[in-house]
Order: sequence, then C-alpha cells, then structure tokens
Amino acid sequence: MAVVTPAPVTNAAHVTHRRRQLAAGGVVLVAVALLPLFVTDIFLLNVLVLTLLYAAVSQSWNILGGYCGQISLGHALYFGIGAYCASLLYVNFEITPWLGMLSGGALSALLALALGYPCFRLKGHYFVIATIVIAEIGLLLALNLELTGAALGIQWPIGDDSWLTLQFARSKLPYVYLALALLAVTWLVTWVIEESRWGYWWRAVKDNPEAAQSLGVDIFRSKMAAAAVSAFLTAIGGAFYAAFVAYIDPDSVMAFRFSLLFALPAVLGGIGTLWGPALGAAILIPLTEVTRSYAGGSGSGLDLVLYGVLIIVVALLRPDGIVSFLHRPTRNRAG
Amino acid sequence: MQAFLQVLASGLLMGLLYALIAVGLSLIFGLMDVVNFAHGDFLMAAMYATFGLWLLTSIDPLLLVPAVTALMFVFGATVYAGIVRFAMRAKGNTGMVQIFATFGLATLMQGAAQFFFTPDYRSITESWMGDKTFDIGGVFLPIPQLFAGFLSLVVFGGLYLLMSRTDFGKALEATREDQGAVALVGIDRNRVFALGWGLGAALVGIAGAALAAFYYIHPQVGGPFALTAYVVVALGGFGSVFGALVAGTIVGLVEALTALVLPPALKSIGIYSLYLAIVFVRPRGLFGKL
Amino acid sequence: MNAPLLQVVDVTCRFGGLVANAGINLSVAAGEILGLIGPNGAGKSTLFNQIAGVYRPTSGRILFNGIDLASVAGPARCALGISRTFQVPRSFDSMSVLDNVIVGALVRHRTTAAARRAALSTLDYVGLAARAAAPAADLTPPEKRRLEMARALATQPRLLLLDEVMTGLTPTEAQHGVELVRRVRGLGVTVIMVEHVMEIVMPLVDRAVVLNLGRVLTEGRPHEIVKNDAVITAYLGERHRVA
Repeated sequence: MAVVTPAPVTNAAHVTHRRRQLAAGGVVLVAVALLPLFVTDIFLLNVLVLTLLYAAVSQSWNILGGYCGQISLGHALYFGIGAYCASLLYVNFEITPWLGMLSGGALSALLALALGYPCFRLKGHYFVIATIVIAEIGLLLALNLELTGAALGIQWPIGDDSWLTLQFARSKLPYVYLALALLAVTWLVTWVIEESRWGYWWRAVKDNPEAAQSLGVDIFRSKMAAAAVSAFLTAIGGAFYAAFVAYIDPDSVMAFRFSLLFALPAVLGGIGTLWGPALGAAILIPLTEVTRSYAGGSGSGLDLVLYGVLIIVVALLRPDGIVSFLHRPTRNRAG
Repeated sequence: MQAFLQVLASGLLMGLLYALIAVGLSLIFGLMDVVNFAHGDFLMAAMYATFGLWLLTSIDPLLLVPAVTALMFVFGATVYAGIVRFAMRAKGNTGMVQIFATFGLATLMQGAAQFFFTPDYRSITESWMGDKTFDIGGVFLPIPQLFAGFLSLVVFGGLYLLMSRTDFGKALEATREDQGAVALVGIDRNRVFALGWGLGAALVGIAGAALAAFYYIHPQVGGPFALTAYVVVALGGFGSVFGALVAGTIVGLVEALTALVLPPALKSIGIYSLYLAIVFVRPRGLFGKL
Repeated sequence: MNAPLLQVVDVTCRFGGLVANAGINLSVAAGEILGLIGPNGAGKSTLFNQIAGVYRPTSGRILFNGIDLASVAGPARCALGISRTFQVPRSFDSMSVLDNVIVGALVRHRTTAAARRAALSTLDYVGLAARAAAPAADLTPPEKRRLEMARALATQPRLLLLDEVMTGLTPTEAQHGVELVRRVRGLGVTVIMVEHVMEIVMPLVDRAVVLNLGRVLTEGRPHEIVKNDAVITAYLGERHRVA
C-alpha cells in the first residue's frame, strides 16, 4: 500500500523526520510560488488565492478541531470578526490592514476564550451546535447593527496599489503571495505544534480526556489555548479576505457555509494531520469554484448537483482523509 | 391582550411543527449517533413532493400527507443504504465524515430542486384548508397551521405507541442502547438503521406536507428550519422524543415572543440564546440521555 | 519518615441515596504494596477513584504526604505524585505507543525531546520497546495493560494506583505482571492494587485491606486474610465457611 518508512522513535530519528517535513514544506512553498509563472488567467489566479486562503483557515480550524478534537462549526464568526475589524479600522481611521489583521486576531482570540468558558463544558453534538448558534447570533448582529453597516456591509475606498493598504488593482499576484504567506505561517504553527507539549496534550484530550487528566493534563486550559490560537489565525484570514475583495457584508464573510468550508478541507484531507487541510483545500476549493463557474451560470442548479455528487463520492471514498493514502498509519494517522 | 394571545397561539402551533420536524432528527441521532446535514432538505423535498403531486393530480394537500410520508420513508431508507451506511465506515471522526457526506447530499438535493422546479418561490394556491381560519374569542388560528399542530400531536402520540408497544420500537431502542449486542439476539443492525432512517424521513415528510399547505416553497427553504430543528433537538436532549416535543413547543413560543420585542429579523436570537442558556446549565439539554 | 504516605481518614462517599464508602480508615506506608480487595460492589473502585481525584468524598479526608487532597484537583494530583491505570485500558488511539508514554513523561520534563528519552526508557522497562512505533490501537490487550503501566510510570509517581491489572491475563502474563510490580516497588514507588485474582495478588502484596459493603472488613497480612472467616464469608457466602 503506502510507503513503509518506519516511524521515528529515537530523538535523532525524529530530528531527521522533522527536517524532512520542513524540507517538503519548503519545496511545496517554492512550487506554489512559481505557479503564477505558468498560470496567468485571472479566474485561475483567483481560484489559487481562494484555495490558499481556505487552506490557511482550514489549517487554523484544524488546530482546535483536528488536534484538540473540539469540532467547531462556527468559525465563520472569527473570520467575520477579522474581516470587519480590518475593514472598519481601514475605512473609518485609515489604519493599515496589517494592524487590522492583528487587532482582529486579538479580538477573536479574546472572544474565543470568553466563549470557551461556558462552551467547553459541553460535549459532542451539544458543543457543535453551540458553536453554530453563536456564529448565527454574530451574523444576525452584523446584519442589524449600524456599526457594521448592517446589510449594506462595508466598502473599501478605491485607492492606488499599495502594500500598506493591501489594495492591488492591477495584478492579483501580491494576493497570491500574501495568501501563500498566510498558509506558510499556519503550516509552520501546525508543524511546531506537532512536536510541542501542547500538541501532545491536545491529542490526548481529543482521544481520551479522562486518561489525559490522570496524566496531569489540564483539559480546560488545553481547550482554551487551542481555541485562542485557532481563532486568532482564522481572524487574520478574514482580514486578508476583506482586503482582497474590498467589500464585505455579513453574508459574504459570516454565513454558515463558510464555517463548513473551513472544516471540510481538513476532513477531506485528513483531520488532525499536518498536510490534511492543504491537500483537502487543493481539491475542494477549485472544485467549488469551477463547478459554480462552468455549470452554474444558467441558474439551472446542475452545478450544485454535480458538486454535491462529487462531495459525496469524495467523502465516502476515503473517509479517513486523503492523507491516509500517503502515510503508513503510525503517528500521522488521522485522529 | 388579544394580540399577545394571538402571538402565543401562533407560536404554539409553529412550535408543534418545529417539534415534528425535529423528532426525526432526534430519533436518528439517538439511534446511531449520525448527524443528518440534509435534514432541512428532506423537509424541502417533502414540500416539493406535495406541491408536485398537487400540480399533477389536483388532490388536496390534506389528502396527500399519507402519500408524501410513504415516499419520504422510502427516500430515507434509500439514503441510508446508499450513502450513510458507507459514511459510517470511517474509523475515526465519523461525525465529520457524516456531516461531509450529508452536506454533499444537501447540496445535491438543492440543486435538483432548482433544476426541476426553478428557484422561483412556489405555493399551493388552492386547497380546502387554504384560506379558512378558526376563530376562538378573537384569536385567529389559520386552519392549515392548526392542522399542522394537530397532526404533530397525533404523530407524537403514535410515536410513543410505536416505541413502547411494538417490536420495531423495541428493536430501535435496543439498537440505540448497544449496537454491538443486538446482533447477538438476531437483530439485523443495518435493517434497523435503514428503517430508522425511513422513519426519521417519514416524520419530517409529514411536517413538510403539512407545511406546504401554507408556506412558500423554494430550494433553500429547508435551511432555517434545519437550524431550528438542531436547536430543538439539542435543547430537548439528543435521542429524547419527549424532549423534542417539549423543546419544539418552547422554541415556537420563544421565537414568537422574541418577534414582539425585537425586530423580526432578530427573532432567532431569542431561541439561540435560550439554547445557550439551557445547555450551559444542563449540558445535556432538558431531557438528554446521551 | 514513619508518617504514612497516604492516609484515608473517615471517608464516606455517597451518590444520591447510595452509600458506596462508609467511614473508611486506612493508611499506606511509603514503599508498601497494598492490596485492596473485596467482593463485587464492595466499594473498591469508589475508594480508588477518590484517591485518584475522580470523585470527591462526601465527608472525611484523604491526606497524601500530609497534604489534604481536597484542595488538589485531578490533574494536579499527577504532579504531586499520584498516578493511576484504568481497568479497561484507555490508550490514546490516534497516537503511537511511544507518544502515549510521552504524554505521561511531559509532567516531569520540560521539552518533548527529554520526554521522549524518558518515554523510551520507560517502554524498555516494561518490555514494550519493540512496539514503540506501533499505533496504540494495534496492541493486544495484555500489551495495552503494559502501556497503561508505562504511561503511569512515566509520570514518576510516588504512589501508583493499579486498577485490576491482573484480570484476564494468562498465567505467564500474570507472572510478568507480578515481576513488574515488584520491580516498580523496588524503584521506591508505593503501590495500591485493586484486585480480584487472589492467587496472584496475595503472594505479591505486603498487606491487604478487605472491603465489604462499603466498609473496611478487615486488614492484615495476606496469610492472615485468607484464613479470616469473615472474609471467606463475604466472598463465598455463609455455606462455604469452614467449620
């Protein structure tokens, strides 16, 4: 079946394994960075940006959902907060989106901690539904508050191309590299987590909370930390997205379907793995965009039918995620 | 006062319908711990089925309920046999795989509805119940909604009998308690699951048929109802039929009351906050056993 | 040095109307292997779980090294030096055997690398080194038991609570288990074993405490316990009492 590399056991073997992972990451980074040399079609570049963005956000989701085992279907909330934070700061105070990203991230992390307090007492489906409901409340508030522009949303003023304002009208390329950078950051964070104490604690909490507790793991603190990191990174993605599309409204950043689109790539690719979300996004997002574009124009609904069938097929073909094709099921096995 | 009673009455009737929509979901959850992401679209399918049959045959929607229910039963069992059964084979994170697979189903169903019926809003314009209202002391209860509420109560009564008196009901309960052990006593797990899905779909089918008599039908109609159904199920406690009835009624009432106080667009905030308030205090919902 | 490591003082544990433990008093000296035995429903698990921090006593105190455990929550007890195994092994199935033990080792080591070294040597100690890279889910039941032990040992406990570790083992496996427990005591770890399999446990423990119906029936050295009429009656019923 798969490549049979003995899983690293000693520290020395581990260091080599880690270096190889980093090298692989570097190779992929360079390969994607070179893609725009061959791909110049505007639509495809757009798909590339979205794919990289969703991969990054899914990677962030994966920290809480895949490693720590807390499935959130309300991450659109943090994405939206990042988007609105960056937009409001830029439009009202001309604050650069770079700072907008960081403040959106910080705000989201704080909110995640505040929400975690009551929510992490909930188990299983009750927790999932709480995340959905909280995000919906956020959406409803955004739709009805003057502050967020209600249903009209927020339009970014048109200006010259600038790295400070992250507005580029003449070429999509900067966005490609920004999205790639974001993915690289989230990938690196995941890479660090895999070998860190938090990573071990999170996986223990995911697999068996009682046993984890008996080994000294503070379940609550672990979940909170995972939630904060995940929310922070997701919000940065949202802020980037706002700069990218230059116009946001509640439906375009906080709708439920986004929460799903953040989770699905990780499930498809391999939940709780290093490469899962990126792999999953690489398949899912182009699929989404292409079916919508090529088959959906007429409003006939056939694009949805096709998309739905493909999703079902992909979900059932390899329920443990695509990553399980590539690795011998040892430490990289999907959780 | 009149207006207040009117709101309460409408909320109560809607709540009974929510309960009916939710109970199928709760049953399936309770039976096999599966998330049916396409539940709202099952409702949508039942509504379109009613609409379609009405268009074809001009039979009053009231009389179409049994036919739609039967169709939905078959549909539900087929979905299990064709999709869910395979989704359950995932060794890990089965919940997410099911969400994924049923999400695909939901998209597929919405696309199909759009293809066959166009995205336009449809409605059943001529029915016996259609424009009649029942007047109790100044409170007006539209007959279609009244029928839906009544139907819901009847169905819950029937469900109670089914679960507690029949062999099938006991098999459902047994499979829910211990999936592995039931094979030892000769119960075919797959068959029970298929029938369970059929039953769950049939229940939401009844709701859809009743709803079609007074609600606009369009491909995305299922979404909001699905979310409300999830809230009802979680509020009542996963796997609890009685919980679904109680929670549904509460949700209907709270939603109606919220619309009095807040702008109508925000009426859902009331039920979402209610859900959060309850589970923070009772992490398993009102009557949850799982 | 003569103060007992663990002291259970007048502990009662009630679940609603059910009294699982009533007025339990016992102490465990450092370096002892104590057997906690008794028929089914005697309240052994309840007592065990109160020491581990899963349940709270309804009344009474549990002192570890003089510290009242009431102020020490579950996870913190591990840092304090109390570790436990589970009756049905609860391995972290998405991780390898080694990673399972690393989770335990992280209590005592700041870096993952140091924890990995410790984990490897612990696995070697219990005889599972060859399976270090295997997914924990792939282990056989006796191997899973040893993984439970390794994980608990990796936390460098002063008090190790073993929950029916000998149940269901073949005689050979059980012998290995007994040797392992002896070696662990040799490291200076105090052991409390809840056990059913008398023939294995009695030669192993220094002392045994017999629980019945939630109370301490008697305690003493193994050879005294097995001849104790009340104990025999509790286990086997009136009719089997040797006249």
